[in-house]
Amino acid sequence: MRKLINSLVFVVLVLSSTNAFSYDSDPKNFINELVSDAIKTLSDKNISNADKSKKIETIALENVDINALGMYTLGSIRKTLDQDTIKKYKSLFEKYFLKSLTSRLTDYSKQKFEVVSAEQKSENYTIVNSRIAEGSSQPEIKINWRVYIKDPTKPLIRDLIVEGLSLAKTQKEEFSSILNSNNNDIKILFFKLEEFINN
Amino acid sequence: MDLKKIIILISASFLLLSTSLRAEPEKECFEKVSRNIFKFNKSFDKAIFRPIAVGYNKLPERIKEGTGNFTSNIGTLLTVPNHILQGNWRLAGESGASFLINSTIGVLGFGNPAAKMGLKNQQEDIGQTLGSYGFGAGCYFVLPILGPTTVRDSFGRVVDTFIDPFANVTLGDRKLLNISGSDIDYYSVNGASAVDFRADNMTNLDSLEKNSLDMYAAMKSLYLQNREKKISNTFSSLDEDDWSEFNK
Repeated sequence: MRKLINSLVFVVLVLSSTNAFSYDSDPKNFINELVSDAIKTLSDKNISNADKSKKIETIALENVDINALGMYTLGSIRKTLDQDTIKKYKSLFEKYFLKSLTSRLTDYSKQKFEVVSAEQKSENYTIVNSRIAEGSSQPEIKINWRVYIKDPTKPLIRDLIVEGLSLAKTQKEEFSSILNSNNNDIKILFFKLEEFINN
Repeated sequence: MDLKKIIILISASFLLLSTSLRAEPEKECFEKVSRNIFKFNKSFDKAIFRPIAVGYNKLPERIKEGTGNFTSNIGTLLTVPNHILQGNWRLAGESGASFLINSTIGVLGFGNPAAKMGLKNQQEDIGQTLGSYGFGAGCYFVLPILGPTTVRDSFGRVVDTFIDPFANVTLGDRKLLNISGSDIDYYSVNGASAVDFRADNMTNLDSLEKNSLDMYAAMKSLYLQNREKKISNTFSSLDEDDWSEFNK
């Protein structure tokens, strides 16, 4: 689990870049360029944390499929909700996702990252395999990136699988637990999301 | 084996057998109780465990690394028989060789020269062995101090103490190659291992707590995914079906 949570930091790396330039459409290069760019930015001590947070948000909105991720994490209850409720959820989820990422900025420490390989699993997905090299205080960490390639010109990140543990799945089960404990009342989930966003 | 151990073993066996091979691992045994134990564990961690880990993190890196290597090397003693039970003879050989090399050249396991020789030493236990046989996890619950577990894994923990040579020479008061130990040795090594793990996860757990809407559920998910991965010995959590509805 250490590896998993440690690597959440790399979500920040991915999503914080010096600019919002589009990256190569080849999934392997896409991840490589994105992370290299991010490391360069986060290593820059001349950039304030506030500016880094803004860049994270910009890049996340462009390169992560937040919409699909949000619907995936909502689970099967999404099929029973009306459009207005779904719209509200999407809005809250996006804010939650972005804040969750930016709050992890301070956890960043310089780590050596390397894209190892990529494997197209289906017409929709390529899994990019990468690793964070072993450091003085942590072992090597393997990270797989689920890249959605339905539009081959615009790959999108949908999940990180860190040492075999899916971040999206973890988030989904967290939301599911909240809903199950509260008779599937979506308002409770909204309340918890708002609470997190506003704190 | 004394009567108490036999009763524990039989009870645990009954619990395990009462779970079907296809038991849903995400099912809770008694969620309310588990959530209260989880709260207690968090308080215990905050009051005792975390401060110890903070102090431990201030030690020189070499001491921390040595401690981690030492406890991991002792853990290999449990790994070897589990590899054998799973029919992984090559891995059993590698783990055995790793233990011998680290215990001798590595000075009682404080060094890890075996890793530099390419000998992998993944930790295995009875819970994983049962999982590899097809036993479902059973329902999920949280133990005081020890944390997340399932019926299968808690049963595994009990059986581990019977087949683990280190537990046998300490808890079991037996002699192995003229080596013996005490209960204190057993709990000291396991305590050191837990502190080492906690210290390594300082930032991670703080971050998880800060960013979770329901930390209990997040920990549960991570625990179950991690166990599943260890049982299958694969590095994948790629549920294509889960995502199929979003491929439009």
